[in-house]
Amino acid sequence: MSIGVLMRTAWMALQRNVSRSLLTMLGIIIGVGAVIASMAIGSGAQAAVLKQIESLGANLIIITPGSITSGGVSLGSGSRTTLKLTDIDAIASNILGINGVAPYSQTSAQVVAGSANWYTVIGGTTPAWPSVGNWNIAQGTFFTKQDVDRVAKVAVLGSTVAANLFPAGGAVGSIVVIKSVPFQVIGVLASKGQSGFGRDQDDIVIVPITTHQERLTGQTWINSIMISASTPETVAGVVDSTERLLRLVHHLAPADPDDFTIRNIANVQQVRAATVQTQALLLAAVAVVSLIVGGIGIMNIMLVSVTERTREIGLRMAVGGKGRDILLQFLIEALTMACAGGLIGVGMGIGISFLVSMLGHWPTVISGFSVFLGFVSAALTGVVFGFYPARRAAALDPIEALRYE
Amino acid sequence: MGSGTAVAPEPRRPRSKASPEAALIEVKDLTKVYGEGESTVHALRGVSLSVYHGEFVAIMGPSGSGKSTFMHLLGCLDRPTSGSYRLGGQEVSGLTRDQLAAIRSRQIGFVFQSFNLLSRTSALENVELPMLYAGIPLKERVDRSRVLLEQVGLGQRMDHRPNELSGGQQQRVAIARALANGAPFLMADEPTGNLDSASSEEIMTLFRHLNKDKGITVIVVTHAQDIASWAERIVTFRDGLIIDDRRARRTEASS
Repeated sequence: MSIGVLMRTAWMALQRNVSRSLLTMLGIIIGVGAVIASMAIGSGAQAAVLKQIESLGANLIIITPGSITSGGVSLGSGSRTTLKLTDIDAIASNILGINGVAPYSQTSAQVVAGSANWYTVIGGTTPAWPSVGNWNIAQGTFFTKQDVDRVAKVAVLGSTVAANLFPAGGAVGSIVVIKSVPFQVIGVLASKGQSGFGRDQDDIVIVPITTHQERLTGQTWINSIMISASTPETVAGVVDSTERLLRLVHHLAPADPDDFTIRNIANVQQVRAATVQTQALLLAAVAVVSLIVGGIGIMNIMLVSVTERTREIGLRMAVGGKGRDILLQFLIEALTMACAGGLIGVGMGIGISFLVSMLGHWPTVISGFSVFLGFVSAALTGVVFGFYPARRAAALDPIEALRYE
Repeated sequence: MGSGTAVAPEPRRPRSKASPEAALIEVKDLTKVYGEGESTVHALRGVSLSVYHGEFVAIMGPSGSGKSTFMHLLGCLDRPTSGSYRLGGQEVSGLTRDQLAAIRSRQIGFVFQSFNLLSRTSALENVELPMLYAGIPLKERVDRSRVLLEQVGLGQRMDHRPNELSGGQQQRVAIARALANGAPFLMADEPTGNLDSASSEEIMTLFRHLNKDKGITVIVVTHAQDIASWAERIVTFRDGLIIDDRRARRTEASS
């Protein structure tokens, strides 16, 4: 019997009982859907992390104040006020192997320009910030050390803010008002686009750190310190020496814990990659389990089908069907069911991935490999679990089968 | 016949060196024993029979007489415990399951009491079924099936499914199916058991036509005397042995 005829026979047999076939496929559908969706979500997260690292620079080290623990309740990272501008100077003059160091504090405020206004993030920093954070200037200039020293009321706009406040252009040289303080716009940042997780990095206004502290927030501490190591290899050394330096500068006794946290993007990346791998492994386990359950479902239904069609099998044998013909017929029926389930599962996985990225704003990447893997594992499940019922059908005695009521 | 290109296959003649008088079926000392020990059943106790090309034979006997077992052996659905069975000059008693399937495919056409048509499948596709296993290409399958259905008088009902056909019509589809691969002999097991007398007569008339005009050897297993009387020769079984084998006096006017 030719494969084409076998496939048509299988298709007709499945059409005879559509709802039963669909229910049987359910395990395969869920298994394959889980494979596709989990791989899409996992690789989306991976891609997002990579993109973020790319936009920040792989050599970036970030220092945040340590957390306050009061009566056993931790208020979380950054809740302390231990980082000062003097720490920046200490790092800049003492730590070797760095390209630059910049403070970064942020607040949120309404920015007004004439009749337009825009609510955005206001960041305070120093002239080292663009090179540390991988930013370029599109128009105008960034502020200078003199601007920082004399607490100048100058601002550099992110491209999103510039586009919203000055849709006709001409941002540079204009005045914007933030918390009743007028700032002169001296530059516009080049666009970086969305971060890996969908935040618009260009929705930002940058002012000198001194102006930020004295005119906008009144705080004397800084939210974080960004250090750019000169090469990826120096990152670890810089982290070590910076930690020692800050303990010294902060007058910590040897028994005291750090009152700051140092993280580098490479670390964060490793942790994230490990997390994603663990999750992927877990989802793969779920997928394997549901494929096995789906396979058992197929085996069960195929056994029922063989019993129901015993007379048909007897007839097929009587008119010349060999054992191999009968085996192939039922094997291909199981395979067709598994592959159809696989196809539906692929569609469902892609659908879930789209839903997750649209509703959950979580980036997803559907790879051809995951579709291939999902489909092939479905087909394999069909063959493995279809074999036993098919062999039973092929081993039937034609006389017994013809007599079967 | 409407189709110009397709020709229904002629019954296969044995290709052996045997003389024209050689028997189509030659059975010697055939026995079949089921079970072991105390539950042993001797279904056949040594049966010898020759059937020649073009014969129309009825096999009769009460249930338990061994006629069903004998039919299964003749139909190559089962293997004898001992003895020899030559079909068209070829010894088939020692063949494997798959070899027997190949013999059934080419040499034997089965007609069953309960028709055994595939439901939800058109008459045409039912007739095609044996040709699928014989590896006949699609076009030839369809052409042959059309010719065969026209021969059995169902040219207008090729696309009907079994549940849209009367019992007699279903049995005619089954007969067309039995002829699909050009088998030289038809083996019918109670072919009229599920039919009313008018349909029974139609079916038996069709068998006689195939026997007389196409030279197809027909063996009908039945317990009904009036059905057996259509045959030229009646073989009677009892207790696993042939107790009677005689040429019948024609009781019907030949059609």
